[in-house]
Amino acid sequence: MKVTNNQVIRLADIEFLSYDNFFSNVNEALNHDEAHCVHYFAKPNPDRDGEFSLFCLIANDAHHDIDLLASVINKRDELQSLTAQHLCLHPFEREMHELYDICFVGHPWLKPLRYSHDRKAGGDIYDYPFYEIDSEELHRVGVGPIHAGIIEPGHFRFICEGEKILHLEIQLGWQHRGIENLFVEKKKLLQRATLSENIAGDTVVGHATAFAHIAESLAGWNTPEWLEIERAIALEQERIAVHTGDLSGICTDVAYQLGNAVFGRLRTPMINYMQKWCGSRFAKSLIRPFKTNFIFTEQLAEEWQNTIDKYKPDFVEMAEQMFDLPSVLSRIERTGIVTKENALNIGLVGMPAKSSGLLRDTRKSHPWGAYKDVDFQPIVKTSGDVYARARMRYEEVLASIELIQRLIAQRKETVMTDISDAPRTWSAQPESLAISLTEGWRGEICHVAITDKEGELALYKIKDPSMHNWLGLALAVRGNGISDFPICNKSFDLSYCGHDL
Amino acid sequence: MFESLKIWLHQGKQYIPDVETTEVPGIFRGRPVIKAGVSVDEKALQELCPMNAIDVNPLSIDLGKCSFCGECAFAYPEKISFTKDFKMGHNIRERLIIKEGEDQPIRIDADAVRKEIRRLFGRSLKLRQVSAGGDGSCEMELNATGNVNFDVGRFGIDFVASPRHADGIVLTGPVSENMADSFLDAYDAVPDPKVLILAGTDAISGGLFAGSPAVRRSVLDDIKVDLYLPGNPVHPLTFVNGVLGLLGRMKS
Repeated sequence: MKVTNNQVIRLADIEFLSYDNFFSNVNEALNHDEAHCVHYFAKPNPDRDGEFSLFCLIANDAHHDIDLLASVINKRDELQSLTAQHLCLHPFEREMHELYDICFVGHPWLKPLRYSHDRKAGGDIYDYPFYEIDSEELHRVGVGPIHAGIIEPGHFRFICEGEKILHLEIQLGWQHRGIENLFVEKKKLLQRATLSENIAGDTVVGHATAFAHIAESLAGWNTPEWLEIERAIALEQERIAVHTGDLSGICTDVAYQLGNAVFGRLRTPMINYMQKWCGSRFAKSLIRPFKTNFIFTEQLAEEWQNTIDKYKPDFVEMAEQMFDLPSVLSRIERTGIVTKENALNIGLVGMPAKSSGLLRDTRKSHPWGAYKDVDFQPIVKTSGDVYARARMRYEEVLASIELIQRLIAQRKETVMTDISDAPRTWSAQPESLAISLTEGWRGEICHVAITDKEGELALYKIKDPSMHNWLGLALAVRGNGISDFPICNKSFDLSYCGHDL
Repeated sequence: MFESLKIWLHQGKQYIPDVETTEVPGIFRGRPVIKAGVSVDEKALQELCPMNAIDVNPLSIDLGKCSFCGECAFAYPEKISFTKDFKMGHNIRERLIIKEGEDQPIRIDADAVRKEIRRLFGRSLKLRQVSAGGDGSCEMELNATGNVNFDVGRFGIDFVASPRHADGIVLTGPVSENMADSFLDAYDAVPDPKVLILAGTDAISGGLFAGSPAVRRSVLDDIKVDLYLPGNPVHPLTFVNGVLGLLGRMKS
């Protein structure tokens, strides 16, 4: 069935297909370039041993809707792998295999996704089955889980021919905290909101907005326009802040000290602005379901403009210099390329997808709240290299500044409504499924909730864009020198905890 | 060349001259104060906190559990307020608990600091950071301590790439099961004597993840913790002042 972003569907209205029909429907839906899988997961049916409901959500960017396909299976059934047809589904089938021992026949390699605490096969994260090539001429380089810098843990295993990377395998799971289960276990609305802010500490607004929309749509609460505009301003400000910091990181990795220092210090007023707004540099506590503790005042609007007036000339001056400097360009041009074809195959989303010529931006294709009315055009680059992903950040920062200006103007014209009678606790309609897509700075975020007979959470599923994009990084570095790995890595800047959940 | 010089010139002075007395912009929520003599429904207040950081008899807030969301202060503004005091680090875990009526600056207990720490690391402290389930925000704030604004390098405090080059570990995150052994490996690889600093709510108490079967906090049971730095995430100024306090380098 077709649904739209932030819609709630009663479970009784969902048609559960036979796996064969489900398979052919998913297969057919994904044959179109404008469609991609935003989530695919299994839910155990508690009354029947070994029985699971499968839910696959395929967003169609041209039709602006989401195809919800479902099936009921038994894990003893012989299920043909969909990954064998569409590589983009590989992490989802691996997760189902890891959690529930569901076997997908023909999956290229049903490796553990994150060695979650509740995985069926048990085992230790150190026992991961890496891909190996037996050769006298090649060597392996293992990096991590602890990296040289101050960064989250992950393990990278390179197979190199001399300096050249032939293959990179990225093993994740080190950050696994069981956060999806905690959403179900922690019953207070405020606990869940706090959890959502801690899914990925660099995407606080993105994930917290997705959760707020889930809670609000399940309660049948119409989020007022003014509140949605404020959330959009916060989301764009988060984009500006992280992109600025990433440009600093990219400069670090090409040993361009001036860029590192200047972008680094320019990030400070951007995150300090968040602190002025809500008391946290990372906007923790800003987004709350059914309310806000920090109304976006006239004074804050003025403060934002003053901050940007100081920031923008310095930012543009620095960026123009960076993208004009042969010593920087020689390191980032034609480095770490993801072709559009590969981007499509692996289901790349967000900024890296747009850098490879693939327009995937849910603000445009599946708009919510303020994005339905505001005029903007996502930026697309075609070279798919580090240069494109760096340049993308520069241009997206400028675009977000313009977007916030429009949002502020819109906010001024929008009447504030009284929301004091909104729910204060979790109050969701029973036996339903809710889906929420938001576009964080990294790309598309998807949250899905399923409620039980009492309206309590039965299942909460989170997907950070990193889930799709880690494979993009692994492909991007092939054929590059291993010394270019850090710069490729930074150009994606993917989340470990957002993947490991 | 001239373009670069121009950019350099345009930056002006960016560093914070005095990290002890500077004021944080905006509405930073630092050390809280619970006002005595104001009566509120303490049970409801306790129930409100998403982090279980509030206790009763006497009424108190545990900064090792607090996420500094400020919800309690919004619900009971006459009872609870957050000051802009970012100096919240302490070397004794229990001292992170702020009781009703207390409104004193938090200062490191010098007597409880091991003598060799100040003697050996007083002028140079090299730290290795380990993230074990941290959400990335504490890690970014620790990175920010080295930027041109906070510039901890000027105090001889640096983050280094290898535990072999380090005098101690800064741990972030609730200690995920999958990282527990790697954290211990890194800790063991640091030469003695060494310090352990827990940065952020998740590291200090586990935060919302404390009871999750996916974390293993027992690895911390047998290790001496030298400094607790509250925050979600820890603010760079909380970090700098906490470490300077540990080293006996605070002016005030």
